[in-house]
Amino acid sequence: MTAADPIIQTKGLGKSFKGFWAVKNVDLVVQRGTIHALIGPNGAGKTTCFNLITKFLTPSEGTILFKGADITGTKPADVARLGLVRSFQISATFPHLSVRENVRVALQRPLGTSFRFWQSEAALDVLNDRALALLEDVGLTEYAERPAVELPYGRKRALEIATTLALDPEMLLLDEPMAGMGREDIARVSALIRRVAQNRTVLMVEHNLHVVADLSDRITVLARGEILAEGTYAEVSRNPQVVEAYMGTGAGAPEAGAQHA
Amino acid sequence: MRSRETMIGLVLLGLLLVAPLVIYPVFLMKVLCFALFACAFNLLIGYVGLLSFGHAMFFGFAAYVAGHTIKVWGWPTEVGILAAALIAAAMGLVVGLIAIRRQGIYFAMVTLALSQMVYFFCIQAKFTGGEDGIQAIPRRPVFGFIDISKDLTLYYFVLAIFLVGFLLIYRTIHSPFGQVLKAIRENEPRAISLGYRVDQYKLLAFVLSAGLAGLAGATKAIVFQLASLTDVQWQMSGEVVLMTLVGGMGTVLGPVVGAGIIVAMQNYLKGLGEWVLVIQGIIFVLTVLVFRRGVVGEIWALLSRSKPGQRPGA
Repeated sequence: MTAADPIIQTKGLGKSFKGFWAVKNVDLVVQRGTIHALIGPNGAGKTTCFNLITKFLTPSEGTILFKGADITGTKPADVARLGLVRSFQISATFPHLSVRENVRVALQRPLGTSFRFWQSEAALDVLNDRALALLEDVGLTEYAERPAVELPYGRKRALEIATTLALDPEMLLLDEPMAGMGREDIARVSALIRRVAQNRTVLMVEHNLHVVADLSDRITVLARGEILAEGTYAEVSRNPQVVEAYMGTGAGAPEAGAQHA
Repeated sequence: MRSRETMIGLVLLGLLLVAPLVIYPVFLMKVLCFALFACAFNLLIGYVGLLSFGHAMFFGFAAYVAGHTIKVWGWPTEVGILAAALIAAAMGLVVGLIAIRRQGIYFAMVTLALSQMVYFFCIQAKFTGGEDGIQAIPRRPVFGFIDISKDLTLYYFVLAIFLVGFLLIYRTIHSPFGQVLKAIRENEPRAISLGYRVDQYKLLAFVLSAGLAGLAGATKAIVFQLASLTDVQWQMSGEVVLMTLVGGMGTVLGPVVGAGIIVAMQNYLKGLGEWVLVIQGIIFVLTVLVFRRGVVGEIWALLSRSKPGQRPGA
């Protein structure tokens, strides 16, 4: 971990839905080059926070800085262009495009030909090698020509990560990357995340606390829309407030909650 | 797969070339005009997932533009048609800018409202001839030397226009732009998260669709030598939805087949009077309930089942 060099910084971030504050007064700092996890009980505002940072929701108050620049008013597509790319809770692929085309769509934009309706799509074939290399990276080579909809669940997540990596983003935001996965897939995707995080920053929302303990350098705990605690896994899991928020009673550590994911 | 598509295309082209020797050319021209209209509409609903319920405004208004420029201003046929298509595309730009920010039913309602405004403008405006429409639009020689006064030669002119429009749509679907459109249709938030400013893509698709719908309307005005309120009315917007659904939306040939079926019914079941509408309604309900993919979509699905791993209408 490098010294203090924040890549993302929110100041007093808040979002209210018709008077209900789903997120309020959140000062989140993510250091460059770390894997940072956002955890908390259901309804703590994790996903809302995520949507605010990637601009899929507009904040009601507060500011968001990315690499020191204010992106509070930036549109979501433009946030992505700055190098801040997100994944989704429900595995987000383009179901009826082939696996190779899924990745190629991400590679296509920098080519600058995406408005050319008069050009043959054969013009995109120059991207095939790069697309296949990315697929090989996540172990999807044999599926390249299949429609994405036919992939098993864990492979869809892998495809999503390959598509995200095609943009070579500085920062990845992963929304529950392990949701609904079997143990084997979890191991594979964990390894993948660790590998791609070597030269990137990762912020993830994750319910599976084993994964969080295993992967994250730093953890922020949210409860009822506010930051409850922050620190390493060891620090956070010893915090009595966190234990109480998770268990409602204070009877156990967050580890006990790991199974419910 | 590509070679099979090419084969089907060549066979159909052959059939279209000899068709007027067997079938009444005016009927065929009507089918071609509506087929192009439905293909233009399908570009939006089938490949971007946008349901426009106001496409009659482009189709019908372009017919007026072609009629007026050719009859009153004496413009050459091909210039009049081209001007009409460009005006329709410009209207598409304006309507698109207003409507594209909305989704689903709201998008459909905004387009419907705007097309009603165009309709009332056409009733009031002088140059459209109100209830009478623009009649007796002359069929001047194309490029000054191709005589289109006979139905048979006009048919080949109309066929050429249809093919240009159809191939442009086909190319659009299979272009880098088309790839992005499909991505937006499949998963819009994901397309945004990959950095695509999706509204701009939808807008270009809308402009293309409007322009081609205008091309179809202008051509129809030449064929029937008439531009009338029927073509700007909301029923026309509904008809093109029907054609596309019956034929199979999101398939390349579906709208052509759908247009053929609907126009044939209107022509050959004329004796049944209002009952044609009832039959159309029943077909519509059956399509929605039983044949979701439309005629072409269902055939594709059958063919793909025998050869697994293929995508329908891709």
